[in-house]
Amino acid sequence: MSLSAKDKAAVKGFLAKMKSRSDEIGTESLSRMLVVYPQTKSYFAHWKDLSPGSAPVRKHGITIMNGIYEAAEKIDELPGGLLTLSELHAFMLRIDPVNFKIFTHCMLVVLCMFFPEDFTPSIHRAIDKFLAQVALALAEKYR
Amino acid sequence: MVEWTDFERSTIESIFAKMDYEDVGPAALSRCLVVYPWTQRYFGNFGNLYNAAAIMSNKMVAQHGITVLHGMDRAVKNMDNIKATYAELSVLHSEKLHVDPDNFKLLGDCLTIVIAARMGTAFTAEVQAAFQKFLAIVISSLGRQYH
Repeated sequence: MSLSAKDKAAVKGFLAKMKSRSDEIGTESLSRMLVVYPQTKSYFAHWKDLSPGSAPVRKHGITIMNGIYEAAEKIDELPGGLLTLSELHAFMLRIDPVNFKIFTHCMLVVLCMFFPEDFTPSIHRAIDKFLAQVALALAEKYR
Repeated sequence: MVEWTDFERSTIESIFAKMDYEDVGPAALSRCLVVYPWTQRYFGNFGNLYNAAAIMSNKMVAQHGITVLHGMDRAVKNMDNIKATYAELSVLHSEKLHVDPDNFKLLGDCLTIVIAARMGTAFTAEVQAAFQKFLAIVISSLGRQYH
């Protein structure tokens, strides 16, 4: 399910819109994931505070968003373009790939809440495809 | 036996009581057919599903979206025994309609996203958790009679 030219254009266009509420999107998506899918908290046992909107959650939500923008810039060469992030996830973080889907779902919910008019089914499809490709890139070096 | 907290029970009842079926049903099903095009395989006789615009304006899709949502009414009214309530529907989906149960989750995700859009900030993480728990049980019950 690789990205067509239309998909890439749709992704870049919508990501530009997202920038205005980027920190909020990252924070809300991550907060939401930790509440709705409590098993994901297992990856953050080292944080003092896992409550929604807490400082570590906010900081990490922003980190993830920055990773997504980086991926969008390298949209023509995923997974090669995300080599460093791939290695980080494969050898250090070792997050089970099923969680990428879980996080993606939470982000899609937030995007639809924040942009009810702009997050049309076609945009939803393009973003879902893009995030799936990003997840594949992140899991590239797992085995 | 599924255990429901008071919050979960009232949340589910409230969501369905306030929902505009004629709006949410068509929006959820058409979104599913656009975002996950392989689900169109079950709607061969629905006419023009050629592109997103056609799907979103397709009257048969809209009507079926409403039908699916009303099907969930039964689960809302029988939250303590969704499994038994859906036994017949499960057989229908398996033996007659031949729907791959994994597709139920795809529609469920689209429904969640549409409801989030309608409810905005009222769709808190706790509300989302309750709604997704409900959907998971509905989906599991629908897949129960497959063999």
